[in-house]
Amino acid sequence: MPLSETPSAVARPRPRAGDRVFAGLSTGAGLLILVVLAGVAAFLLVEAWPALTAPPEEVPGGRGVALYVWPLLFGTALSAVFALLIAAPLAVTIALFVTYYAPRALAQGLGYLIDLLAAVPSIIYGLWGFTVLAPATVGPSGWLADNLGFVPLFAGPVSATGRTMLVAILVLAVMILPIITAVVREAFRQVPRLHEEAAHALGATRWEMLRMAVLPFGRSAVIGASMLGLGRALGETMAVTIVLSVSGGVTVNLISSGNPSTIAADIALQFPESTGLAVNTLIASGLVLFAVTFAVNMAARTVINRRSEFSGAN
Amino acid sequence: MAKHIQVKDLDIYYDEFLAVQGVSMTIEPRSVTALIGPSGCGKSTFLRSLNRMHELVPKAKVEGQVAINGRDIYGNNVDPVDIRSEIGMVFQRPNPFPTMSIYENVAAGIRLTGARMKRSEIDDLVERSLRSANLWNEVKDRLHKPGGGISGGQQQRLCIARAIAVDPAVLLMDEPCSALDPISTQAIEDLINDLKPDYTIVIVTHNMQQAARVSDTTGFFNLADVGQPGRLIEMDTTAKIFSAPREQATEDYITGRFG
Repeated sequence: MPLSETPSAVARPRPRAGDRVFAGLSTGAGLLILVVLAGVAAFLLVEAWPALTAPPEEVPGGRGVALYVWPLLFGTALSAVFALLIAAPLAVTIALFVTYYAPRALAQGLGYLIDLLAAVPSIIYGLWGFTVLAPATVGPSGWLADNLGFVPLFAGPVSATGRTMLVAILVLAVMILPIITAVVREAFRQVPRLHEEAAHALGATRWEMLRMAVLPFGRSAVIGASMLGLGRALGETMAVTIVLSVSGGVTVNLISSGNPSTIAADIALQFPESTGLAVNTLIASGLVLFAVTFAVNMAARTVINRRSEFSGAN
Repeated sequence: MAKHIQVKDLDIYYDEFLAVQGVSMTIEPRSVTALIGPSGCGKSTFLRSLNRMHELVPKAKVEGQVAINGRDIYGNNVDPVDIRSEIGMVFQRPNPFPTMSIYENVAAGIRLTGARMKRSEIDDLVERSLRSANLWNEVKDRLHKPGGGISGGQQQRLCIARAIAVDPAVLLMDEPCSALDPISTQAIEDLINDLKPDYTIVIVTHNMQQAARVSDTTGFFNLADVGQPGRLIEMDTTAKIFSAPREQATEDYITGRFG
């Protein structure tokens, strides 16, 4: 008889069937993520291995995997970081405008529009960049080279087609803008009214209220959204492939025709024509991209966690 | 620097809806004025019209006059931001900025004024404000921990410290104890008594015992029916309101016959 046993040994009620099934399902889903991630990493490692261990002269380019991947990695980082530098501040500003400045009717419309933009396929952005943006930048690029030529970014000579790193960056920025805006806007909408009122009651102007209560509250969302955007920019394939005219040099010159490619675009361009060790080399570059995105996410997480005490989540 | 508040024929609207009608009252400096009344009678709305917080609600507006030491706060060329910075407010639920430390919370108002102060001066002011809010001893060893990491009662006293750090003329409290346990409530009530000699305090409360305990003057708000505007029914010394009110409605309310 359970009741006669020591009072401390309270019998735990048996979990109901529904509880057990759901617990199992959610645990399974969680494990699945780990398995998929491990599978991808293992695939990349195994397939990249022949290229990593091959003699340098057999790798495409003839100078080993590291020197093959380096310009691509450089191009990838250059385009993604600059795209983020343009898109993130703009996205935060748009999100602030939509949540705090726009009249309600306009804000709602803008909100839908932003969500819609986030759903436009990247190839559309690529085509737009190629046919509209690239030719349009030739003139302004000339002006940049003439007047700001001392800045290494705008050294020139100006590309005649406009299919430059600058255009790739702008297209990427436009592409990641809506997703960053959407996430940040959602976070700003969660700011408790109480905190806004606290700031107002202290005599804060609208802008001071935003700086005091809203921006700090949305900080981790801004970082998270930026990383999401950066991830998309790092891995973007089609748009960059279409827009960028590649010559393979490592340069920060954004407006010349001597552009480094990006890892994803390079894989897309080379893969159909590659066999044997060339395929392994491309996969090795994919492994690098995988590692970079992973590192970016880890870094973002660390930044967010370092101030989690102050996140407002308590 | 306590100040005197004179309200004349105040009508308060949400869009077209008249929420509070025809309130006139005089609030003496260095005293505690309690506003009581059933839910929805407009006492909080009225309180928020005293520091122009009401108009932050879209389409909300106020007609009539509120004069603080003779200056109409709804006059032309009066910036609501200035009014709010001169009047402290404490809310129903404690609302320290969770992204700021305890220290930064108290200093938040000073930072807004843009006054150039030395680090040591701000340190002093933070300590003085926390001492005035009876919180210093409890938080002095963790001033740089998050403002949201202390108990609810402590958070509310932190909010009071934040409000008084800028030396406001008036302190408005909108049901400051409604989210607190009895011991924290006691601490806040003691604090209100301590602050009385220096401030003009207006407190909205649902708790009649609290009004009786802390206030010198009590105003009773009521509304005739749902959808009707709230009105100030009666205002007098607290002793008078709770012993011999002039109006039947007041007596019914304080004896618990409704509300």
